[in-house]
Amino acid sequence: MSDHILLPEGSIEKQTTTLNLGPTHPATHGVFQNILELDGERIMKATSTVGYIHRAFEKISERRNLYQITPLTDRLNYCSSPINNMGWHLTCEKLLGVTTPKRVDYLRVIIMELARISDHLICNSIVGVDSGAYSGFLYVMQFRELIYEIYEEVCGSRLTTNIGRIGGFERNFTNAAFEKLEKFLDEKTGYPAQLKEFENLFSRNRIFMERTIGCGPIAAERAMNYGFTGPNLRAAGVDYDVRVHTPYSSYQDFNFTVPVGTTGDCYDRFLVRNEEMWQSLSIIRQAYQKVQEFKGAEAEVFHADVPAYYLPEKKDVYTKMEALIYHFKIIMGETEMPVGEVYNSVEGANGELGYYLISDGGRTPYRLHFRRPCFIYYQAYPELIQGGMLSDAVITMSSLNLIAGELDA
Amino acid sequence: MLTNEIIKQKLTEKFGDALTDWQEPYGMLTFTAPKEMNLKVMQFLFDDAELKFNFLTDLQAVHYPDNKGAELAVVYHLHNWRDNVRIRFKVYTDISQTDVYSATALYQSANFMERETYDFYGVNFVGHPNLIRILNVDEMDYFPMRKEFPLEDQTRIDKDDDMFGRG
Repeated sequence: MSDHILLPEGSIEKQTTTLNLGPTHPATHGVFQNILELDGERIMKATSTVGYIHRAFEKISERRNLYQITPLTDRLNYCSSPINNMGWHLTCEKLLGVTTPKRVDYLRVIIMELARISDHLICNSIVGVDSGAYSGFLYVMQFRELIYEIYEEVCGSRLTTNIGRIGGFERNFTNAAFEKLEKFLDEKTGYPAQLKEFENLFSRNRIFMERTIGCGPIAAERAMNYGFTGPNLRAAGVDYDVRVHTPYSSYQDFNFTVPVGTTGDCYDRFLVRNEEMWQSLSIIRQAYQKVQEFKGAEAEVFHADVPAYYLPEKKDVYTKMEALIYHFKIIMGETEMPVGEVYNSVEGANGELGYYLISDGGRTPYRLHFRRPCFIYYQAYPELIQGGMLSDAVITMSSLNLIAGELDA
Repeated sequence: MLTNEIIKQKLTEKFGDALTDWQEPYGMLTFTAPKEMNLKVMQFLFDDAELKFNFLTDLQAVHYPDNKGAELAVVYHLHNWRDNVRIRFKVYTDISQTDVYSATALYQSANFMERETYDFYGVNFVGHPNLIRILNVDEMDYFPMRKEFPLEDQTRIDKDDDMFGRG
């Protein structure tokens, strides 16, 4: 009898069930572990564990040159890597005191807003998938593909883009890139028509509304205290948007509204993201129009003049001494940075994405810290799901737009 | 309109000479507070009718091994959303005695950020409800972001520190 497995003491009398949701659960869309105490299907207590895919980016950054850190930022929020890349370039430019030409700013805005759309469409359609409506996801997916093709035309890669350089872009936008952008913006066959259809499927859908209204709500005051930023905060009714509060990359030149919700529940988060996609489309149109207005030599500008950090053209490297020197110095990382301490933030797809960079005058940052929005607002998750049903926990997680790569750095 | 001068003036009125090292790198007001006063400063910035720093944007630590007796700096970034002003303040602590008061009572958001800071730098936040490792494995017995832990394997001879400007 002694070889029988003995149950831990108290486990028979226990009234609740302990359930591990994650780390690899098909419904959590990423590596998230939550240990739930369940009474039937109701969540009594939740404990989150994070860090399963921690890759020590901050430590690695301390031994890399500025341009070598860009690919690390890709892997934070990999659903919208271009925003991370641009945020990093803007931080470096702030440290180095570089001002970029208007055309570069507008091109960056186009890329950043495309990235925002691609992030929001994934998030919103996954909320649909988790509430049992799979088709919307497939509808919008083809347009994420088109966005990735635009990235591909600009920088050559799709998911982890490494797009742009300090001072601008690595090359000018090709005509193919603009053609694809026009295809994307087309009212009848492009994304606006698809988004309209997606919206018709969901936003006034009785089943979807009953499923999401009142699910995982948060009050504005709590959201601010929990460090919410981005669409999740705006869904709770606070109109804080970095693009408006601290305009970067010439966002002040565009007309757009910041949508806000009221209750901060899954439905409001869905609506806020949905409206933000419309606003992003409008910003892209305005930016594209402004880009087209550049004529002559101005229309060829795609980077600022930062010889110490911007790689010279290959043909110059082979023929000009100075270009060869800069090329060598940049590639070998032998450029000393100015001493300084800078915090710069951009409006990432899920909140304020900040970079805190301390330079001691060396060739690599002395300290680099990423303010990752979802790492900060994920703390509220146990509070959001407590007292709710297990299936609500899944849909709340997807509507918070948690990206494991960003969470764990 | 809330300017850096007004903030500095209000803080000096309240705390006198305790706050030091006033700087404005890239326009952001930066100062140093004694480590036992970090909560008082934050609470004052939060409560004051004019200052209203309502949001803890970021919290992290920096390790300065040569700064004897004050090796670790905990850096707070605060943001006033009404007037859209950001400030940064630091508290320095001895690496052998890293107790710093926790900001979790004031900001819920400090919970994970302080755990992260503890995890990588070993800052002991006094009053934190659950100060355990967050991103690293629980069994880890050192604080990996401290400067004494080099990134590369030290037995390698093909990479030279000189290349990185830190001979």
